[in-house]
Amino acid sequence: MTLPLPLQLTNLLAAILLLIAFALLSQRRIIGLITLFAWQGLALALSTTLVALHTKQPHLLASAGLTLVLKVGLLPWIFFRLVRRLDIERDVEPIINIPTTMLIGIVLVIFAFNLAQPISALAGTVTRSNLGIAMAVVLLSFLMMISRRQAIAQVIGFLAMENGLFFAATSATYGMPLVVELGIALDVLVGVFVLVIFFFQIRETFESLDLRHLERLKEH
Amino acid sequence: MESGIALQLAQTLLAVLAAPLLMGWVNACRAWLSNRSAPSLLMPYRQLRRLFHKDVVLANQASPLFRLAPYAIFACMVLAAGIVPTLMNDLPFSPAADAIALVGLFAMARMFQTLAAMDVGTAFGTLGARREMFVAFLAEPALLMVFFTASLIARSTALPTIVDVFAHQRFAIYPSLAFAAVAFWMVSTAENARIPVDNPTTHLELTMIHEAMILEYSGRHLALIEWAVALKLFTYSALGIALFLPWGIAPVGDWTGLPLALAALTLKLAMGGFTLAVLETLNAKMRLFRVPEFLGTAFLLAVLGMLVHFLLEV
Repeated sequence: MTLPLPLQLTNLLAAILLLIAFALLSQRRIIGLITLFAWQGLALALSTTLVALHTKQPHLLASAGLTLVLKVGLLPWIFFRLVRRLDIERDVEPIINIPTTMLIGIVLVIFAFNLAQPISALAGTVTRSNLGIAMAVVLLSFLMMISRRQAIAQVIGFLAMENGLFFAATSATYGMPLVVELGIALDVLVGVFVLVIFFFQIRETFESLDLRHLERLKEH
Repeated sequence: MESGIALQLAQTLLAVLAAPLLMGWVNACRAWLSNRSAPSLLMPYRQLRRLFHKDVVLANQASPLFRLAPYAIFACMVLAAGIVPTLMNDLPFSPAADAIALVGLFAMARMFQTLAAMDVGTAFGTLGARREMFVAFLAEPALLMVFFTASLIARSTALPTIVDVFAHQRFAIYPSLAFAAVAFWMVSTAENARIPVDNPTTHLELTMIHEAMILEYSGRHLALIEWAVALKLFTYSALGIALFLPWGIAPVGDWTGLPLALAALTLKLAMGGFTLAVLETLNAKMRLFRVPEFLGTAFLLAVLGMLVHFLLEV
């Protein structure tokens, strides 16, 4: 352990990111999901800032700020309003029970770590060991999308997956070019707006946000 | 070497004598936090004295095992307290058992406890024993995983080596140890029959685990079991301190470090006891069927700690 302190802190934040991904998997309430998602964004922004300061990459600072504004501020705010408007603060029923989901999660993490090992050996960055964690976060978020029926939970899973991808980009190559990142951020924002409109439509039609109802066709 | 053995005996004796005090401190903190007037810190000692003066009432069907069990449990706990470094590191008893053998020692005490609980054949004893084994079977793997994480960093399962490595290296942040520490906390609440897994002050049949097992005991037997419970809490706290906050533990033979070690230990135990009381006041006891989820999370955290160690710290 001779890493400089900022990188040790980055490692700690990476571990926290992984922990929050597991917390998202185990969370039963939608409000809790949104709060955890905001915390994950905060951890991501902090770790990006640390990497930016340590490697003197100013464009990473911009993307950290973007993360902070978008994923800690704007998106959770939209979701909180949405939850209040749609009145869906009650518990969500996962398809697989939670301890089983967690065990599948552990297997996924082992898989991701093994998968990332050869890739991170090729990468030349100082934060390359975080690549495994980033992949684990992506896979865990994917698992969350699969194992939830509620539309909002799936969208949060999708956004958490985006967090993982962003973290992977930061740790493997010090981030994508700023233009690309701005484009992605805008896409995510627009995507969430479109999905919010969908939420209202789904609820209008089925009087619930449970996606099981989408499985059968309904005619008016 | 002789002074080492004397020190070892002194340290074990200190653990045995100070354990009820820690219990009293936790109880006093709990009382303060729930706006009750606190009992005296010496209350556990008075209770022990009272119980030692009482006669033993034994069931007709009680086998010798029932009478042997309190002594066996107490002996196991004293031995465990002797192995864990509290004041001085690397005392003569320490090499006798590593972290894994320590888990075995706790398991042996638990085995005596559950067998004795089933011995008289009352419904409560059997119920308590079954619940205890249920909790223990979930808690033990997580506890072992916590030890493995610490052992991987220190490259040894021997407690003195772990303490030595953690206390004397350059400052470094170990994410894996943070995971392990949280997991250890969760496991030790389960193992010490504290809230949220078990309520130490309950006498409600639906909720009790540990209390149900000792209902048949009285007099000096009960006193020994209560003392062993206090000692177990002390040993677990000392173990947590040794694994995660080892600063201040003096190396063997260092007389000048001894007062500092004593002060550090008192401070850390007082803070740990206060934290335990805060968490117990804030949390409610969970349903028995939520315990697997709780301990499953502890196991998950411990495994994550180990995996993160392989990824980030090798």
